[in-house]
Amino acid sequence: MKLAGCLLLLSGALIVVTALAMLPGFAMRSWFGVAGIAVELLGLGAMARGHMLEERGAAKAGAHTPFREYR
Amino acid sequence: MTLVLCLLCILLMPFAAAGLGLIQAGLGRSRSAAHALLTTLCALAVTSIVFILVGFAWSGFAGGASHSFELGGVRWDWLGAEPFLAHGVHFDAAGGGTTSLAVGLVLCFQMFAVAIAAIIPIGAGTDRWRLSAFIASSALFAAITWPLFAHWVWGGGWLSRLGTSFSLAAGFVDAGGSAVIHAVGGLTALSLAWILGARKGKYAGDGTATAIPGHNIVMVLVGCILSLVGWLGVNSAGSMLFYGAGAGRVAGIVVNTTLAASAASLAALGMTRLRFGKPDASLIANGWISGLVAGSAGSAFVSPGAAIAIGFVAGVLVVFSVEMFEQRLLVDDPGGAISVHGVGGIWGVLAAGFFVGTAPGMRGAQILAQVVGIAALLGFLLPLTCGLNWLLNRLVPQRVDRDGDWHGMDIRELGAGAYPEFVVHSDEFVPR
Repeated sequence: MKLAGCLLLLSGALIVVTALAMLPGFAMRSWFGVAGIAVELLGLGAMARGHMLEERGAAKAGAHTPFREYR
Repeated sequence: MTLVLCLLCILLMPFAAAGLGLIQAGLGRSRSAAHALLTTLCALAVTSIVFILVGFAWSGFAGGASHSFELGGVRWDWLGAEPFLAHGVHFDAAGGGTTSLAVGLVLCFQMFAVAIAAIIPIGAGTDRWRLSAFIASSALFAAITWPLFAHWVWGGGWLSRLGTSFSLAAGFVDAGGSAVIHAVGGLTALSLAWILGARKGKYAGDGTATAIPGHNIVMVLVGCILSLVGWLGVNSAGSMLFYGAGAGRVAGIVVNTTLAASAASLAALGMTRLRFGKPDASLIANGWISGLVAGSAGSAFVSPGAAIAIGFVAGVLVVFSVEMFEQRLLVDDPGGAISVHGVGGIWGVLAAGFFVGTAPGMRGAQILAQVVGIAALLGFLLPLTCGLNWLLNRLVPQRVDRDGDWHGMDIRELGAGAYPEFVVHSDEFVPR
């Protein structure tokens, strides 16, 4: 999921840059800029979700209630 | 006059590093305090060497040599091409005149700027980031990640040319480094927090976050004051070196920087008073720094009223952001580096689009230029720093082992605690 998020982040940035280079007019560039940022936010969400699944898995496995052996 | 003033401002920059170091050490546990400050010192040492060896060749300066390509009839300047070891910089003023002096000052400024940016991720990795891995990560940061984005904005790269290439007002504006220093550092902190995982005892089995309070709030608050001094230098020197601000504008920069931090800290004070019943000193300190971060981008070009508005929003934002990362996204960030520098920096960049003075009818274009910069930060920089640190983690494990987590980084890695004459209490916050 983190890799998919990373690819979405990259795609979003490429949308913005390509729109800047290829599209004429301020309005078109602005709309594609917003679309690119939206794709990046999806990517960020996917990466955050991937991390949350890992942390929840670790918490359920007891990794975050540590040090029992020291008490 | 301007060059001398600029040099004086650059000499203030290490205070920002010292302030951030104190804040991050204070917000961590007492058993990792010496380690946190030592990593700050190591950040200065490693980044200054690596940046002079390699980094400056790739960050470069406006008007210097660079790598570029043509796309859509526009030249995209993406990487500096200066000689390694700063061989292209002549420190002898008699040899190169004012231009050479200015390039030397750009080199000095960037050397301290990359160090400040490299210190930011320490806040997210406190209590569990191994020293050797930190040094390797900082070296990569100073050699690759930071110079790349610094060139785009401060080295005459494609973001700085958005105005001339695509008629986007003044192009991407970031005088004090909201993006180049803080958002880059904050996003690197996010990638490291993802890789390192949470501290032991941070989350219960059901995912509920446990509060692990900072061990020395006095140290944190002193760090805030020191940081202000450093920030005044960063914002003033950056505005003069990269945006041609004259000496007369420095007073305005000082006022705006202070106002942004003040508004942010008061906003954080009000928000924590409203939400928790009492003001929270660590969040107010985070608010102060967040205001400094957000106010940096447009510090030379906004009115005092706008600086207050930018700081106020940053202060409100940081309170919610810290809570969101900790409790909802399960990101353990003891120093609040991601919220303060990442979120605050991105807000500062966007706010500059709304508030900097532009020609009539160019407000939308300026905002779009700033949005393009944010897209580049999230879309190019974050994957790059995630990828580099992930690869590094395969070679040099970044997280300390289980015993180190328990003993604290001071004993584990340095062999002695920061406070040997004091009794270290057990972790009352760890569920029993």
